[in-house]
Amino acid sequence: MSDTSEGVLQATTRADWQTDQEVRWCPGCGDYSILTALQLLMPDLEVLREDTVFISGIGCAARFPYYMNTYGIHGIHGRAPAIATGLAMSRPDLHIWVIGGDGDMLSIGGNHLIHALRRNVDLNILMFNNQIYGLTKGQFSPTSEVGKVTKSSPVGLIARPFNPVSVALGAEATFVARTHDMDRGHMQETFRRAHEHPGAAFVEVLQNCNVFNDGAFAAITKRDAREEMLIDLRHGEPILFGSDRQYGVIGFDGAVAIAEVAEVGLEAVLIHDETRSDPSRAFALSRLAETPTTPTPIGVFRAVEHEEYGTGIRGQVDDVQSHEGLGDLDELLHSLPTWEV
Amino acid sequence: MTETTTAETSNEVERVIIRFAGDSGDGMQLTGDRFTNASALAGNDLSTLPDFPAEIRAPAGTLAGVSAFQVQISDHDITTPGDAPEVLVAMNPAALKSELHRLVAGGTLIINTDTFDERNLDKAGYDHDPLASDDLDGYQVIRVPMTSLTKEACKDLGVKPRDADRSKNFFALGLVSWMYSRPVEPTLEWIDVKFAGKDLVIGANRAAFNAGHAFGETAELGDQRVVVRPAPLQPGTYTNITGNIALAWGLIAASRLSGCPLFLGSYPITPASDILHELSRHKRFGVITFQAEDEIAAIGSALGAAYGGRLGVTATSGPGVALKSETLGLAVSLEIPMILVDIQRGGPSTGLPTKTEASDLMLAMHGRHGEAPLPIVSANTPADCFYMAIEAARIALTHRTPVILLSDGYLANSSEPWLLPDLASLAPIPVEFATGPNQTNEDGDGVFWPYLRDDLLARQWAVPGTPGLMHRIGGIEKEDGTGNISYDPENHRHMVDLRRARVQRVEVPDAEVAGVEDPDLLMVGWGSTWGAITGAVGRACRAGHRVGHVHLRHLNPLPANLDDLLGRSEKVLVPEMNLGQLSQILRAEYLVDARTVSKVTGQPFTAAELDGIIREALDV
Repeated sequence: MSDTSEGVLQATTRADWQTDQEVRWCPGCGDYSILTALQLLMPDLEVLREDTVFISGIGCAARFPYYMNTYGIHGIHGRAPAIATGLAMSRPDLHIWVIGGDGDMLSIGGNHLIHALRRNVDLNILMFNNQIYGLTKGQFSPTSEVGKVTKSSPVGLIARPFNPVSVALGAEATFVARTHDMDRGHMQETFRRAHEHPGAAFVEVLQNCNVFNDGAFAAITKRDAREEMLIDLRHGEPILFGSDRQYGVIGFDGAVAIAEVAEVGLEAVLIHDETRSDPSRAFALSRLAETPTTPTPIGVFRAVEHEEYGTGIRGQVDDVQSHEGLGDLDELLHSLPTWEV
Repeated sequence: MTETTTAETSNEVERVIIRFAGDSGDGMQLTGDRFTNASALAGNDLSTLPDFPAEIRAPAGTLAGVSAFQVQISDHDITTPGDAPEVLVAMNPAALKSELHRLVAGGTLIINTDTFDERNLDKAGYDHDPLASDDLDGYQVIRVPMTSLTKEACKDLGVKPRDADRSKNFFALGLVSWMYSRPVEPTLEWIDVKFAGKDLVIGANRAAFNAGHAFGETAELGDQRVVVRPAPLQPGTYTNITGNIALAWGLIAASRLSGCPLFLGSYPITPASDILHELSRHKRFGVITFQAEDEIAAIGSALGAAYGGRLGVTATSGPGVALKSETLGLAVSLEIPMILVDIQRGGPSTGLPTKTEASDLMLAMHGRHGEAPLPIVSANTPADCFYMAIEAARIALTHRTPVILLSDGYLANSSEPWLLPDLASLAPIPVEFATGPNQTNEDGDGVFWPYLRDDLLARQWAVPGTPGLMHRIGGIEKEDGTGNISYDPENHRHMVDLRRARVQRVEVPDAEVAGVEDPDLLMVGWGSTWGAITGAVGRACRAGHRVGHVHLRHLNPLPANLDDLLGRSEKVLVPEMNLGQLSQILRAEYLVDARTVSKVTGQPFTAAELDGIIREALDV
């Protein structure tokens, strides 16, 4: 079954969302599992393929649109959020996904990312973070850790990295989440939430580059480490983790910290509230792990509702049109003082 | 004191050039603008030249802070704001010092004497008082204590003296309005509307205007009063229009003619910002404007909107074009219709933000990496910006290509009377979106190939939301037809050739020769030099010289008959506000000995300058 009959939603399968293009990522790349997760999820989202657009910049992740049987633009480095903003403002009927990597979105395109988030444009922005430049063969990225030795930092990286979730929260994004490429179910649930969110949704996907930065997240994402190292944020629930949920996140010294529940008591453990208007708590959570080697929160950090940008802009147009009527070109040309000869 | 002088006893003149000059805070642009509008309503032909500093408020009283507005009004068809002013209004010593050299010998000086104190003289760099020296010998000097007369006029209104001081430009306007027999009502009405709700300001400005007008009547200025009769313009309804407003309206018209809603992505930049301002006001036309975070996002958003089936436009000036270059290249590769408007200004770098130059032709032509040709059009006059905006849209939408529209700071801010067009005379711009498959695959199923082409070599515009036409496009080289990524050497050669051929398919009207058709000297120009070249060629022809004028509004591709036209004249001169960019193109394309006449002072050519150059070239 497919959705080819015009404008009518019919059941689709993963195959309907795949293209005939050969997927050209390195064997073993984390991008494959993200692609699979999304292709499998799309039939469940109840959207038409022709109403779906994938827009990307440049980088390994940015090849994504070629593999989705939707509309798509493989754009230029860093600019995908800008291109997508113009499309989203003009075409509210579309579901627009923006795909990029950490270099694309936090280095060359950092400005566009924060402004798309600040404005709350209706976009689902997936940032595949592998903490390295892959397509240019192994330079450090804006999320690489201090001291990292790469081709462009042979004696170690000086600058501190961006924490993508912190950046997004700093821009007061209305939806901010983190997931990882080793857990299809978690990815799908997170992507679904991003899709359902009205406004800009930002998802950091921890993604393994097995060629240039293999195992960057292994300490927290490999199967036997997850229970102890991933803090799965669930709205309305105490923030607990560990094999026996023996650890909890508590408020501490104006920020948050990890404690043993046995020591502090369950009542001291914070209840996660993704709808808090003030992003400070979510920001504090994003600071829990400085590097992906200590317990790291995943899931939805923040999900609040604010006016979507395009809706506001088009609303102004609609308001003016309904109060003052549609524009009349002849009237416009005569709107400054005129005289007859 | 003489009695009131009436119009019947005044001198009639064919035209006059007036320059208002004062401090940036003195409201000279507004004064010039009001005088211009009153003159337009009086039926004169006119042309204006605003000339102001980049600083919003340079230190008061300094030379750097001088803001000027020149206007020529005439009883016949004119094309420039005039060569040298015959009347100079100087509101302070700095204005006198910086502008006096422009005034014709024997010209009239109207000076606000109140500002000629030691402090202001010092700030202007005078070591003496020019009013008390022989500096002004040879000019007709009208000394008016404008500040104190304005304060006096306002004193019974309850206006504070400091606030009254701010109305002195209206005193100057009133005086000059009297001297040139301008109707007063339009200005008084304008004051009421402009300052509605601020009764004290209305009162002060009206009082100052009336006092200036009365000063002309009651002081012994009778022999100064002149009349400039209405110009015999083509019948119809006229409005006085600046280039940026005309351009914004042209984009709205193009949106109407094509049925494509207008989307403007822009970032504030002088002298293009007025296009953003103007289009932001016209939501009734469904226009969406987006003030982006930077120039790159501005064009990115326009490209995104164009991808969604909108008339995507970005407006900027040179520095912005440099930043947009990569996205323009993407638009060339994606073969998507959109418009980049470049209101050129002095460069390089920040250069002269408020002064004009036309030095982005090579940037428009070649300012992208790789072979990335695109059509380029330019406007001749402020009103022509309206028509060339429509032309840019017609080319973009018909050929599915990005188009660059060149204007400049002079056209942007100067104004001219515009005979409003009959809307029915504007040709519709047909736009067809792809609605179904355009190819059959091996299994006999209909499929969509995004890079399949029509006779114009344009690919179809298949917008998201259209069932069955899902496709992916990108900046990587693609196979012609299918649009699939291709690194094949022959395909790339084919695509490079094809992108050039696509631009060459753009239909361009033949260039026309003004003046003498088979001239001894051919003047070739583009952009805002039209007015000065037209004026100079007209003078030369009236003097019996065989001079012709070709003005190019299409710069890529060039008109097909240009080769022939260039061959008709032994001498070809190309006046340009750059170091010879068009002449370089003409030499390369046509092996013609085109000589550059360059002006890069931030000021437009005057007809007198070009008149001299023509005489020199003809050795007459």
